[in-house]
Parts: sequence; structure tokens; C-alpha cells
Amino acid sequence: MTRWTPDPTFYPSPREAVTAPAEKLAYVAAFDRTASRPDAIVVLDTDPGSPDYGRVVGWTDLPYVGDELHHFGWNACSSALCPTAPHPHVERRYLIVPGLRSSRIHVLDTQPDPRQPQIVKVIGAEELAKRAGYSRPHTVHCGPDGIYLSALGGADGAEGPGGIAILDHTTFEVRGAWEADRGPQFLAYDVWWHLTQDVLVTSEWGTPSMIEDGIIGELLLGRRYGHAIHFWDLAKRRHVQRVDLGDQYQMPLELRPAHDPTKSYGFVGVVISVDDLSASIWLWHRDGDAWAVTKVIDIPAEPADAADLPDLLKPFGAVPPLVTDIDLSVDDRFLYVSCWGTGELRQYDVSDPLHPVQTGSVHLGGIVRRTAHPSAPDEALAGGPQMVEVSRDGRRVYVSNSLYGAWDDQFYPDGVGAWLAKLDVDVDAGGLTPDERFFPHGDEFRGLRVHQTRLQGGDASSDSYCYP
Amino acid sequence: MTVTALATLAALGAFHGLNPAMGWLFAVARGLQERSRLALLRALPPIAAGHLASVAIVAALVAATRSVTTSSALAVVGGVVLVTFGLWRLLSERHFRWAGMRLSAAQLAAWSFLMSSAHGAGLMLLPVLVAEPVPGGHSGHLAAAPMGALSGLAAAGVHTVAMLGVALAVALLVYQVLGVGVLRRAWFNVDRLWAGVLVAAGLVTLIRA
Repeated sequence: MTRWTPDPTFYPSPREAVTAPAEKLAYVAAFDRTASRPDAIVVLDTDPGSPDYGRVVGWTDLPYVGDELHHFGWNACSSALCPTAPHPHVERRYLIVPGLRSSRIHVLDTQPDPRQPQIVKVIGAEELAKRAGYSRPHTVHCGPDGIYLSALGGADGAEGPGGIAILDHTTFEVRGAWEADRGPQFLAYDVWWHLTQDVLVTSEWGTPSMIEDGIIGELLLGRRYGHAIHFWDLAKRRHVQRVDLGDQYQMPLELRPAHDPTKSYGFVGVVISVDDLSASIWLWHRDGDAWAVTKVIDIPAEPADAADLPDLLKPFGAVPPLVTDIDLSVDDRFLYVSCWGTGELRQYDVSDPLHPVQTGSVHLGGIVRRTAHPSAPDEALAGGPQMVEVSRDGRRVYVSNSLYGAWDDQFYPDGVGAWLAKLDVDVDAGGLTPDERFFPHGDEFRGLRVHQTRLQGGDASSDSYCYP
Repeated sequence: MTVTALATLAALGAFHGLNPAMGWLFAVARGLQERSRLALLRALPPIAAGHLASVAIVAALVAATRSVTTSSALAVVGGVVLVTFGLWRLLSERHFRWAGMRLSAAQLAAWSFLMSSAHGAGLMLLPVLVAEPVPGGHSGHLAAAPMGALSGLAAAGVHTVAMLGVALAVALLVYQVLGVGVLRRAWFNVDRLWAGVLVAAGLVTLIRA
């Protein structure tokens, strides 16, 4: 379906995207840990003027069970305005929703009723395996020439290499593996890019057997999870450089490049250092002709009584912050950092990306703290701020509390629960305040756990821009 | 070439120059990326060269072919090709696929050639090319082919000069004055219009045959 004028949610530049209207709805991936009921895409009302504000107003069950929904994305975004392969008259309309455990890819149509998305296509695991040689699909990004989908595992039981599959923009069929030459890359997780600079970046988690039954202590202490990021030539699809953070820095996950296409830097969060259980944020940047990384934020572990800790952490007597997601505001000013272990969301001013300044912090949940939400002060919360999504205008931040089924169970063995909070941002001075009117939790999610949130019309991690 | 033919070629050139997909937008993007108007200006000649090559191949082919065959046969075949291609462009939702923005001048020309060819830029000139009187006054002479090809190239040249002029004007206007924000409102779906023009051009060619 093509339009006569560009989709109004497409913006040529981040500068203009910041002026976008506030989202009225949010889509949330929710999954059933027992794999006995279907996972779902849940729709939340985010319009403060609506009587249903902060409540679940739509629910689309997936057709099968055991998918473990995780990340998802749009069929098209602002990159459709890029000049080399423009297609601005398509609609931002379909959600591409991979099952991280099942390897099925679902396509949901958010029209005609945005509150009741319809499933219009399901691509089976065998299709992804046959066409691209991958399994465990994860990150979705709308690119200039197709939909980029990262995948953690290889096909037909192979552990790897993980990589990127390309989906057709129109039919959503799997066109094939993206890589022409993957060099030394084997582990995969996130993918994003500097679109106008022909640079693609990937990060590393672990292979399916390293993650699906929980984090494996021996592998972690043996420094076997990912600890490098990779730079690629986006046009030639070739590996250019592997940058090792050091093998103590286990699991560099989320990649957040500057939205300004003239900038050549980005942030990557590292879950844990095996030296001292700290988490860290690194900046990648150019260094002459090559790429380099610099650690710009260090978040130490917090000492704790072993009695308050899950078995996994008892020997260490400390809570690791576990930075599992980060998000950069569209104006590249604020970086949000989820400390899922200690139950904290931090806000840093990264106007000077090499020297972040902390400007805000909110505690919710946490392995030891269990901080309650101000709207329900008597309910101790499990889990912590995990997936972070920032509205395009940078004024609202949404956090959900589940990390990944098997890992939730290890760090929150008495149950991680399900909650999603909204924080209001002071965009002038910095700072975060929980919105007491917005706290869907518990039974509202019908026993499912909540993972990534996507905002109607786009958000800070959904769009890339070709013009400054 | 008649004045009408020249004017039509130039008008189609202006139409192509106006289409953001044909290159002015790429030139603007390069200017913004490098923060340099010179980068914008440098991008346009290779883009025009690629467009010229794409159009000239069709023009030369048509001109040379009609030197050795009857013009009505050519018009019928050409018209059918044009209508079919136009309908396909109208109905297909596929878009040109290309990843990579840091291109050398040669790569930029190649991009423009492929982009123009995929859109059938040269085909759109078919009614004008077919209506041109055959150089030398009669068809059926192999010797007339080079002359015909030459007139085809001249037609492509006129077309491309107009295309470049409009592309340059629009690129500078957007870069200096309007800003890329104008894309959100003013980027009319040229592809649909374009496909419509292709079909119309095919029909005109067929009716005249």
C-alpha cells in the first residue's frame, strides 16, 4: 500500500524527529515462560488525556506457543527517506516480531485498528534456516534496502555463527544472509549502523546453548561469552575490524550509535566484568582510519548479605548492576542505562560523549532493594528496569522488567513478576520522575512477562536518519 | 529536431530532474554530510552522467533501429514495451535497492545509471524519439544507422541538460533555503505519476504508429 505523500512518522533528520507528537499507544512484547500459552503483543494506552491511560487496551495472541518474544521492530522507518533507495511512500504499519526461542518470525499489521494488531504472516524457523542459515532471530532494523534481522544461532542445530538475515521490505520473505565476508565474527547479538558512513556495527552475546538454559557460571568465569564488537562495511557487507574490549568485559550487548548521521560514535553497554562484577558503558569512535573503544562509565557492584542473594551470586556477596539495556535520546543528549541487578535506571548527559555526567536516577525493584513503585508503595518489586525506550521528543521513558526467561529465573528465583513503568524527563536540567498514573503490572499482563516496548510512530531505538 | 521535440525532451528532462530519486536528494545528502556546498555541486555531474548514459542507450538504440526498420513496427513494439513497463511500475511495490552512500564519482554515476534505468527514464522519451523524422529522409539503409544513433545521442543530451539544470536548482534550493524538512510535506509520490507518464507515453506511441 503506497501513499501520495511520505508517511508522517518519517523524519529526514533527528532534529525534526524530536518535534514529533507524543505517542498515543505503546506495543509491548509479552511472553509466557512456561510456553504453555501463546506469547502476545500487548497494547498500552499512553495518552494522558485518555480514561484508559496506563492500561492494557489491546492484546494480540500469537498463533503458537514457546516463541519467547524479545525484541521487535517496524517494517519501515525514517531510513525510507534516505536518498540512495528512497521509498518514503510506504507505511510504518507492520511490526516484525521474532520469537527468540522458536525462531519463528511474525508479521503483525497495526491497521486498521492500531489497538488490535492482526497477524498477517508467520515465517517458520525452517525458512530462516534454509534461506539465511540462522536461528534465534533478535534485533530488527528497517534499512534502506530491506529489513535487517540479527540472529544468535546457526541453522539445523549449529551453534553458530550467528549473523544478520535480510527480509524483503514488501513481502517480508527471508532473502538470505547479509554477510559477504564475516571475518572472525562468530557470536552475534545486536546490530545497528552509521547509515551515511557505510558502517555497520554488531555486538556479541552467546550461542543458543550458552544462554537458553540460563547463564553458565563456568563459561562466564572462563570469559567465554562475547567481549568484542565488530565493524563492517555496510555497502560491501564485509567485516572490517574486531575491537576487543578485554575478555573480562563479558557481554557487550546493546548498540546505540549517535542519531546525528554526521557523528561517528556510539555507546555499547557491557553486562558484567568478571574482575569485580561491575558493569560499564563504552564509547566507540574513530581513531585515525580505524575504530577504537573507550570506557566512559563504570558502575560498581553493591555489597550485599549472601542471605539476600540468589544461589548464583551467594559466593560473591555482592549484587552486580547488570547493565542489560541502554538507550540514547534522539537528540543524542541523554543516555539511559538499565541496571537490572541493582534495580536502577540512570540518566547521563552525554553531550560530551567521552565525559558523561550523571543527571538522574530512579530505583525500581532490584535483587536486594526490591524498591516499590510510588503508585503501589506496599508492593515490593522483583526484576528491575530492563528494556528502556525513549519517546522521540525525549520527554518520556518506558522501562519493562524482564530480561530473558531463563535468566530472570536465576537472578529473581522467587519470581520476576511483570511491570512496566513510565518516567518523566526534565529535558532542560536532566532528571527522572516516575509517573504515578502509569504503572501497568501484575495481573494486567495475565501472567506473561514483559520485554521490549515500541512506541507508536517510532521511538529512540527504531529509526535511523540520513540527514543531519 | 523540431522545436516541439526539443521542448518535450527538455520538459521530460525537467520532470526527471525534479524526482528526488533521480539524484538531487543524494547530492543534498552529501552536501549536508560533508557540511559543504562544494560536495553537493561535485555530486551532480556524475549523477547527470549516469542519467545521460541510461537515456542515451535507449535513444541510440531506437534511432539506430528505426534507420533499418519501418518506424511503425518500432513504434508498436516500443509502445507495448512502454505500457507494460509502466503498468509494472505502477502495480509493483518493489523499490530500488541500494546500500552504501560513500561513493566515488564513478560509483555515483553507476548508481545514477542503475536508478535511471530501473525507473525507465530512457523509455519515457520513446514517443519523441519515434516521431522524429529519419535522418537522410528514408529508412531501410544500414548506412543511415550511425547518423540515426547520433541524433538519438543529441536527444539524450538535450534531455540531460534540462535534467541537470532542474536538479541543480532544486538541490540548491533545498540545501540553502528550504532544508530537508520540506521532504515530509512536498515529496509527492512521483513514482506513481512517473508510471502513469510511462503508460501514457506508450499509448501515445501506439496511437501514432
